[in-house]
Amino acid sequence: MAQDKFKIARDFIQAIPHARELAMAVTDIGDGTAEITMPYDSRFVGDPKTGVIHGGAVSALMDTCCGAAVMTHPDCPGATATLDLRIDYMRAATPGQTITARAECHQLTRSVAFVRAQAFDADLERPVATATGAFTVGS
Amino acid sequence: MHQNGHEPLQQVKQRRDAALHALANGVPYAQYLGIKFDRRGDELTAILPFTDKLIGNPRLPALHGGVTAAFLEVTSIISLSWSFLWEEVESGALPLQDLQTGDLPRPPKTIDFTVDFLRSGLPRDSYARASITRSGRRYASVHVVGWQDNHSRPHAQATGHFLMPRRD
Repeated sequence: MAQDKFKIARDFIQAIPHARELAMAVTDIGDGTAEITMPYDSRFVGDPKTGVIHGGAVSALMDTCCGAAVMTHPDCPGATATLDLRIDYMRAATPGQTITARAECHQLTRSVAFVRAQAFDADLERPVATATGAFTVGS
Repeated sequence: MHQNGHEPLQQVKQRRDAALHALANGVPYAQYLGIKFDRRGDELTAILPFTDKLIGNPRLPALHGGVTAAFLEVTSIISLSWSFLWEEVESGALPLQDLQTGDLPRPPKTIDFTVDFLRSGLPRDSYARASITRSGRRYASVHVVGWQDNHSRPHAQATGHFLMPRRD
């Protein structure tokens, strides 16, 4: 059952053209939680002098991961869309390292899902960024 | 020193366009997304031409929310850089040659960025304009609005705080 859920989530992310473009991969799925990775790519750099990934690419990863966390919540009836997403950037991600986002849908009402997420590079002690978001539930 | 009003128009345009070109093309991720900038005097409008790789929901289809967030963030950073470069470009403190070789001051760093998704992003070109609410020596606050077919019906808006580069 858990394996099915993982497969569904993986296929779902694979079907999103922009997620595929950024080479996002689902590495873990739970009940209202998701973990998605994005490998380093020089095309996504924000400042060529430092080689640091642009915040926008991290936003795309966070948004995808938060959406996945909502959809894997046991009480979520189906599709979701982002209402609002806030990202705090704690530090620059180290160039060359994969970025891993972990999101948790911690509250779900009939209409709104509340999500929080963190993104890490190889240093799992200090997050690169954190996010909080509100997502639609049902249509 | 440039003498405003006495300098040939062509020269003024060349300098301003070179500065904008250097700024916009100096960001690999902005180029990857295909973001362009249109300039009217000092006012910038960012343009994100639609391509299939920007899709987030293949069934609608709709733009990826992350793409819209990234587009608004790129617009904010370029507009903010442009606002502090403008003075130096106009005064001649920053030579055209430096701009052409891409020798630009460091970009501002995003501290936080909050995006409101107001409507689903259609499979069409997007536009965005940023307004700098406050620009201090260390911190800046920016508001940015994105729209597609109708300027009066924005598909997203965002506010962000930025750490300004040190200018020694």
